[in-house]
Amino acid sequence: MSALWRSSERAAAACVRALGGPAAKWLSRIVGFSMCASVKYGSRGPALIPRMKTKHRVYYIALFSVVLLGLIATGAFQFWPHSIESAAEWSVDRRSVHDAPLVRLPANSPIPERGDLSCRMHTCFNVYSCGYNPKNRIKVYIYPLQRYVDELGTPISSTGLSREYNELLSAISDSDFYTDDVSRACLLVPSIDVLNQNSLRVRETAQALAMLPRWDRGTNHLLFNMLPGGPPDYNTALDVPRDKALLAGGGFSTWTYRQGYDVSIPVYSPLSAEVDLPERPPGPRRYFILSSQTALHREYRGELERLKEENGEAVLLLDKCSNLSQGAVSSRKRCYKSQVFDYPQILQESSFCVVLRGARLGQAILSDVLQAGCVPVILADSYILPFSEVLDWKRASVVIPEDKLPEIYTILKGIPHRQVEEMQRQARWFWDAYFRSMKAIGLTTLQIINDRIYPYAARSYEQWNNPPVVQWSSVNSPLFLPLIPPRSPGFTAVVLTYDRVESLFRVITEISKVPSLAKLLVVWNNQNKSPPEESLWPKINVPLKVVRTKENKLSNRFFPYDEIETEAVLAIDDDIIMLTSDELQFGYEVWREFPDRLVGYPGRLHLWDHEMGKWKYESEWTNEVSMVLTGAAFYHKYFNYLYTYKMPGDIKNWVDAHMNCEDIAMNFLVANITGKAPIKVTPRKKFKCPECTAIDGLSLDQTHMVERSECINKFASVFGTMPLKVVEHRADPVLYKDDFPEKLKSFPNIGSL
Amino acid sequence: MQAKKRYLALLSAAASLVLLFCLGGVQVPATSSSRGGGGGGGPGRRRHPAAERPWPRFSDPLPSFAPPESHSDAAAEEEAEERGAHSSPRLKRDVNSSVYRARRCRMESCFDFSACERNGFKVYVYPQQKGDKISESYANILSAIEGSRFYTSDPGQACLLVLGLDTLDRDQLSPQYVHNLKGKVQGQPLWNGGRNHLIFNLYSGTWPDYTEDLGFDIGLAMLAKASVGAENFRPGFDVSIPLFSKEHPRAGGERGSLRSNTIPPFRKYVLVFKGKRYLTGIGSDTRNALYHVHNAEDVVLLTTCKHGKDWQKHKDARCDRDNAEYDKYDYREMLHNSTFCLVPRGRRLGSFRFLEALQAACVPVMLSNGWELPFSEVINWNTAAVIGDERLLLQIPSTVRSIHQDKILALRQQTQFLWEAYFSSVEKIVLTTLEIIQDRVFQHTSRSSLMWNSHPGGLFAMPQYSVYLGDFPFYYAQLGVKPYPKFTAVIHAVTPLVSQSQPILKLLTAVAKSHHCAQIIILWNCDKPLPAKHRWPATSVPVIVIEGENKVSSHCCETGGFFLESPVPRSVDFAFTVWQSFPERIVGYPARSHFWDSNKERWGYTSKWTNDYSMVLTGAAIYHRYYHYLYTNYLPASLKNMVDQLANCEDILMNFLVSAVTKLPPIKVTQKKQYKETMMGQSSRASRWADPDHFAQRQTCMNKFASWFGTMPLVHSQMRLDPVLFKDQVSILRKKYRDIERL
Repeated sequence: MSALWRSSERAAAACVRALGGPAAKWLSRIVGFSMCASVKYGSRGPALIPRMKTKHRVYYIALFSVVLLGLIATGAFQFWPHSIESAAEWSVDRRSVHDAPLVRLPANSPIPERGDLSCRMHTCFNVYSCGYNPKNRIKVYIYPLQRYVDELGTPISSTGLSREYNELLSAISDSDFYTDDVSRACLLVPSIDVLNQNSLRVRETAQALAMLPRWDRGTNHLLFNMLPGGPPDYNTALDVPRDKALLAGGGFSTWTYRQGYDVSIPVYSPLSAEVDLPERPPGPRRYFILSSQTALHREYRGELERLKEENGEAVLLLDKCSNLSQGAVSSRKRCYKSQVFDYPQILQESSFCVVLRGARLGQAILSDVLQAGCVPVILADSYILPFSEVLDWKRASVVIPEDKLPEIYTILKGIPHRQVEEMQRQARWFWDAYFRSMKAIGLTTLQIINDRIYPYAARSYEQWNNPPVVQWSSVNSPLFLPLIPPRSPGFTAVVLTYDRVESLFRVITEISKVPSLAKLLVVWNNQNKSPPEESLWPKINVPLKVVRTKENKLSNRFFPYDEIETEAVLAIDDDIIMLTSDELQFGYEVWREFPDRLVGYPGRLHLWDHEMGKWKYESEWTNEVSMVLTGAAFYHKYFNYLYTYKMPGDIKNWVDAHMNCEDIAMNFLVANITGKAPIKVTPRKKFKCPECTAIDGLSLDQTHMVERSECINKFASVFGTMPLKVVEHRADPVLYKDDFPEKLKSFPNIGSL
Repeated sequence: MQAKKRYLALLSAAASLVLLFCLGGVQVPATSSSRGGGGGGGPGRRRHPAAERPWPRFSDPLPSFAPPESHSDAAAEEEAEERGAHSSPRLKRDVNSSVYRARRCRMESCFDFSACERNGFKVYVYPQQKGDKISESYANILSAIEGSRFYTSDPGQACLLVLGLDTLDRDQLSPQYVHNLKGKVQGQPLWNGGRNHLIFNLYSGTWPDYTEDLGFDIGLAMLAKASVGAENFRPGFDVSIPLFSKEHPRAGGERGSLRSNTIPPFRKYVLVFKGKRYLTGIGSDTRNALYHVHNAEDVVLLTTCKHGKDWQKHKDARCDRDNAEYDKYDYREMLHNSTFCLVPRGRRLGSFRFLEALQAACVPVMLSNGWELPFSEVINWNTAAVIGDERLLLQIPSTVRSIHQDKILALRQQTQFLWEAYFSSVEKIVLTTLEIIQDRVFQHTSRSSLMWNSHPGGLFAMPQYSVYLGDFPFYYAQLGVKPYPKFTAVIHAVTPLVSQSQPILKLLTAVAKSHHCAQIIILWNCDKPLPAKHRWPATSVPVIVIEGENKVSSHCCETGGFFLESPVPRSVDFAFTVWQSFPERIVGYPARSHFWDSNKERWGYTSKWTNDYSMVLTGAAIYHRYYHYLYTNYLPASLKNMVDQLANCEDILMNFLVSAVTKLPPIKVTQKKQYKETMMGQSSRASRWADPDHFAQRQTCMNKFASWFGTMPLVHSQMRLDPVLFKDQVSILRKKYRDIERL
């Protein structure tokens, strides 16, 4: 018994250890006790149960209710104190920065080494602390806020925590990146605000950094700085010694930027929060070139003025207003001589906006310009553009060497206007996605670092650079490499059948004559009946496999069976006996030239019914084709995989429920992902054979047509667009219907409808 | 019984309670411990619990980081300006170029742009001095430059200069090593401290530490170097090139080995490697650890200790076992049957394995920390390789296994694209290097990342043509735009063709009727004067007549397509709608074919009616106007001159060019078969076709072209595109293209 007690106590202690904290201490007794009880009765349990058979119900009800009670009790215990705590947090939430603990820096406290220019991710970054994780996401820890003062009590920074840095840190802490567990953190962000070097005391800030509990020579620490350097020479990176810390800096030059280590960020423009500039559709604007910077070097201003003289109205050269009464508004006004313009609204009136370097390379105006959808003309030699590691600036800006300032008019005039519109749209999109707030800037920075640590899960070029409208309208085909696969592996014919054995056997015999057939796969969709015995099947010289399905579903025909070993799949119904071997072989040859498309025989068309205001299915003699029937069609096995696992919405279920339209669904799927039309081969218009009488009447049936139209409408709404592409051509053999001896033609036996 | 039941109930209640606490309790420690850790050992270790939540919401008004009044930059600048202390930007640039030299060179500080602006991007190659032996690879590099459109023989014209001295192998122990390079280089009269020079290098440093030192002072010269480490790489100035072997072909090169996209995309092995393990010297830390990951099933990582003569002396405990395992597998077999190929650093950061894996469509898994990957300035390697970290070797298997099959499919195709676009020959490597530098020099007309990283690649997409991607035939799908729905007809009127001007005017009328025609350009190259004004038919589209010129400047037209030269197919509209589906190909009528004549060991040309074709005549064809530009600007003068002199073969050359770009055959549409006969009567070609020399010339042309391209780019097709209802037994009234039916 005592042994029992001991062991149960140990178990309880384990529980308590797991629970942790004094709050749970009282529990140990109860738990220990009940554990003891359970152990005690547990030993006699097995003998008891058989005798209780008759009263099972009562017993189970009792057991169930007890478990339920236990659950409720646990739940209450778990969440009750917790909810109080979070309420407390809520109330203290509105705290003041002045409540942050004060830290006095000893005068002789150590200073980190200066930033190491040779740092790279593989030398200065400790990748072990990021670890392997299934989400491929780094964890970021933020140091709690502290107020640092020197020995005399003077703060190390004139502003302390700035609004922007506060926003940035809140954004990180609200994001998926955040962890409050410093031991699990991959990246550590100090709460010391170094956004603006001018408001800092460099030496003391460095000391404060070195005092951070996990500083460790700055390893895996990330600092955000937007205004680096100070007079007179304005260095292009933060002057605060920071050892191995990563720097997200605005205004890097190619000499201070450690490629693949630092992150170049924009200089945030506080105006973007103040002024709401609605997006303006791209197009020609009143002014061609606009310069609105106020503190330009006189050399530059001189050159711009010359530009203005040469090109007159097309160039607008603004400066700050000298005659306005001083005040906060002055930052929102710009003047040309006595003319006053609203800033930043005036930016929307110009196609190109000049962004010249100032004392610093990074300029906040870049953000305003992008917001206005004005194409920035960036003249800042050696400047590393914001987020240049992932953003393709060539699509949103024009970068011109400073030397060429006098030539910008000619250079910009040479840009096609469609490209200007493209850049205007792109510029605005960059602002929307990456410049608009401190949150956007901060999270983009973290994502870039995340991409470096998990490069195999990095966001793609398209994800970074394509505005939503392009993402929506563009296609990136999964089979993008131009390839013409060799003839030799041939194709696998997949015959879907239910019980028409006789017809099936005829189909098999016919297809087996096609030279490039590699394998025949019969998908037996009838669960109530077994396929015929092996001996009864036609003898053919390629392997024949029968797959039995679990349910009679149309989707089974498009399942990516392992038995399909070739790229090319011929889907064929068990009643398609009219196709000649030449037709099939030619179909395969055409597929080889278009392996990313559906290649089929009878073509169909979708039409917009203006009266009804919806899509209509058309099978009459038309001059156009947008679908091919999959009663017999070649396609890439990849589309089987897509159909089975990636079909959007409930289309698959719809098809199985209606036992119809699987071919339309396939046409939608392929057209949507490749952006290409199917290829209709040979003149064939219908799958019709002399002896199949009314069975094929299915296609003619009026209700059938209505249902097919419905399918198109349904699928179009699921895809959110009409992906089908209409073409006016079909593929025939080169010498089709040519006046040429038939026996010399490769595919003479083609031409019936 | 009752008591027992009660006990049982109690028992289960207790059990469930314990269970729930134990399970539920897991959450409690997580929160409580983190709360303790929030203070992180700092002064605020035991604070109010509320202070330990993520990042508090502060209620006080916080100052902006850059208050507008003292918008520090502006204010400071003005102040500085007033004081006159702020140096002029020009001065600042000059200071930069004097400070940032040698190892800190950048284009801004070490490169002289002025020569390039004067004469365009021209490259000069030093003549080889007698007695200087150069390696085969370097000879290939130099001849690739000399054969390119950038070459100039006048150093005064040059924007970039390339040494005639072999700098490829700077390993002192190598037989190829050129001694006293320092003196020789300094002695070059044009050296000028290395300014605007480009130096190619494959190997640097030697045993045991293999530094990246070239053994001579390169001064301000740019380096195109293999296996370059990020520490030594001057971004935006140097170019990282791949390591290639002596056998790497000069031009053309083998195609990628991927023939088809198998589904599922997995191969027999997941990850393979076979290579040396160095017992002495650097470069083997990772390779020594590979056996930890090797599982002899789907992850096969093999090393051998056998290298050099005295490996036995240094051999360690694992050597015998490793060597035995090593001999069990065949490298080629593994390479082509593996999804991923490990590319760990060797003595140097890069290895031949990289290109081998790329060609074999085996996705490279890089384990070479700090290696600046080849052409990393423009190629986004994440789309074609898995960039691993040597420190995380043990995670590599699980990393590659976690990669989704869609991604594998994409990675694999991208390896093939990159291999064929930039790596398959020395010429491509050299041209890519030059194009990258050209992009830097003319920054505002440079390629976007999309142009470099998607088919057909940067060498075929010339930004000088247009900076708008929609002006090229390649990017419609990626941008979600459509080709311009109009074409420009270019009618080429040459002397014997127009005995009377009637046919031309007839053609003009016919073409102008097309709904898709935007304008017509007539190139009048006849001895005869233009027909009188009143004889010109009235057309609804503008007609431009250019006299005495042979070529159309490619910027002439806003429209997407080109319809060239004479004969009059009635079905322009149909061909044009076909072209809209295949804007990157040539769509034409009469087709021709090529074949390999194994008796004569050369390519043959045939105009017989065959079941397949690989060219369409451009006498009447629709193609994107960009190809016009490419024809004029991409092809070397030698080929163009040959075509001009022969007055023949221009269509073959165009077909070669387009197929080299697309890797696909042209498209033939329904054609009037009597074409040849009717043409015979009136065209200049009549006489030419009849001429047996004409045919022989075309044969010769084909072989000349194939040797310049280094390979045969033409591809056969077996199909022709007809209107959907072509020759169908249905009322002609139902048919849209009735003209074609009557052919």
